[in-house]
Amino acid sequence: MREKFLSLSTVGVPLDRRNVDTDAIIPARYLKTVKRTGLGEGLFFAWRYDVDGKERPDFPLNRPSYRGGKVLVAGENFGCGSSREHAVWALMDFGFRAVIAPSFSDIFHNNCLKNGMLPVTLPAAAVRSLIDALLAAPGGKVEVDLVGQTVTGPNGDIHAFGVASFAKTCLLEGLDEIALTLACAGEIDRYERQRREVTPWLFRDLAG
Amino acid sequence: MPTLFGKVWDRHVVTAREDDVLLYIDRHLVHEVTSPQAFAGLSAAGRSVRRPGAMLAVPDHNVPTTPDRSVRIDDRGSREQIQALRENALGAGIALFDIDDPRQGIVHIVGPESGLVQPGITVVCGDSHTGTLGAFGAIAFGIGTSEVEHVLATQALWQKKPRQMRVTVNGELNSFVTPKDVILAVIAKIGASGGTGYAIEFAGETIRRMSMEGRMTICNMTIEAGARFGLIAPDEVTFAYVKGRPLAPGPEHEARAVAYWKGLSSDLDAKWDLEVALAADSLEPHVTWGTSPQDALPVGGAVPDPEDQEDPGERARMRRALEYMALSPGTRLTDIPVDKVFIGSCTNSRIEDLRAAAAVAKGRNVASGVTALVVPGSGLVKRQAEEEGLDRVFLDAGFQWRLPGCSMCLGMNPDKLKPGERCASTSNRNFEGRQGPGGRTHLMSPPMAAAAAITGRIADVREMAR
Repeated sequence: MREKFLSLSTVGVPLDRRNVDTDAIIPARYLKTVKRTGLGEGLFFAWRYDVDGKERPDFPLNRPSYRGGKVLVAGENFGCGSSREHAVWALMDFGFRAVIAPSFSDIFHNNCLKNGMLPVTLPAAAVRSLIDALLAAPGGKVEVDLVGQTVTGPNGDIHAFGVASFAKTCLLEGLDEIALTLACAGEIDRYERQRREVTPWLFRDLAG
Repeated sequence: MPTLFGKVWDRHVVTAREDDVLLYIDRHLVHEVTSPQAFAGLSAAGRSVRRPGAMLAVPDHNVPTTPDRSVRIDDRGSREQIQALRENALGAGIALFDIDDPRQGIVHIVGPESGLVQPGITVVCGDSHTGTLGAFGAIAFGIGTSEVEHVLATQALWQKKPRQMRVTVNGELNSFVTPKDVILAVIAKIGASGGTGYAIEFAGETIRRMSMEGRMTICNMTIEAGARFGLIAPDEVTFAYVKGRPLAPGPEHEARAVAYWKGLSSDLDAKWDLEVALAADSLEPHVTWGTSPQDALPVGGAVPDPEDQEDPGERARMRRALEYMALSPGTRLTDIPVDKVFIGSCTNSRIEDLRAAAAVAKGRNVASGVTALVVPGSGLVKRQAEEEGLDRVFLDAGFQWRLPGCSMCLGMNPDKLKPGERCASTSNRNFEGRQGPGGRTHLMSPPMAAAAAITGRIADVREMAR
């Protein structure tokens, strides 16, 4: 069951890097859990802490003026690499509810939507101006309005964004997608019967 | 005029809504790291697995690769995940290749070996390298844990059809130039996000001449260019690979299956959203210098200078990468020393990879101070390699010969780099910390990695052969 997403007005946290991969977001050693919670501890671990385990004071998540921010603003190709949904769970466990970037990896983007986290794609120039504003005046607010599909930057600049209509409904209402799909069980049954006739070799039991 | 992808896609549409379609999933592979929360979610909602007979489970990511693993696994988290997989699979009636099963191995190696991966199917796994299986002319893609749960419950997934890209590779590969070099060159060309939103079909005579092993290496790394899907039209090579495997269509269905598979190719007038061409003739062995798979160069090259970059974002990325990798612009790649060598992973741990590495290692010795691991992709690959005497070649040369698993690809089992260590690796990701915190990764082919083990630095395997 995903959480509902409505709107946010919160400190924006700039992460001025491109190709932020999911190994950086949550290193593999933090994936050894059978739960979805508690992953915030490992978020951006190697960037937040030095080899001795001390906080790196210059990393945005460690700077007092950005603490508590719920919107991350980052460079292109955010979330590339591994399919680990733990990356989204870690961001959410830490407190983030939206990521703004010029582009996202396909799997990470999907994983966000499944968990009630909003990935906002904005043109590179708009993201650049948001990051610059947040770096210039740390603590600046970013407003994300899913209903109106706009982001308002700390300088009052407004940027419209697109979102697939069904994804939007699911986010706003926190729908359980599996329950919705199970309502199509009759269609899945019908498809399976046809498929069994056309490709009967695909219906042997792999455990059999 | 549909593409191969379009044909397979259309045959799997259960129903459609505004933005996407409900795609039927023929087969589902499950491993220990991305599935526990999916099974737990299913159970919490009082749901059951819809079609357990369409699934195969195998532990691979956090299994140790040392012989004592069947009696003890020291790491508690790993032990719990492997145990959870065992209980979830047995509880649901899902086939399981457990840790002591001779067929156990990396999920993307085991699936094809068993014969369950076939042309024209849809197959998913909670792992981004599932694209590997597209080498059979299948729609194969990595998914997150919520989607794993969705497939467990419904045997289907809501998906938006990706755009269509074709990468055509023509010409003959030179000696010691491998499919790994082809895909590294493709990623360098289109970039780490060049394939985002696309399915990539690989075509051309170079691809046609490749074995299934080579084709899997190509499709394995399409995700490193951002594309969730890589695929190659099935042909006689594909049919011969599948034939006779335990989960392949049996004699009663074989003729019908092959006839079905023969209809799976892109039409001549298929419409492509993007076309890319690569000449194989002039291709050289490739090595990465940075922290993105797109940072690949021919081995004769030198570390590039970020200050030559016009784009400030890219300049900043390159500076960071060089700082992390502790490299200076202008350093020749062949002057870079290595501490460890890893031959393995779902990219390069099949029998041909091991043969190619062994051919370089034979009669030579691993350089002093270098630790070199060879990790076969599965128990069956290991057995075949041992029948061919490859284990002796490696052991005599001073390589370690391990049990199958993901091993040093991703730093979540005992095989990992120490901070500051530098590794010549046949795996797929050179991200910061990927092989262990502070570890530095140079991606390359199996023969190139073997050459690095012997010289103690990145080396041009072609010079060693002369």
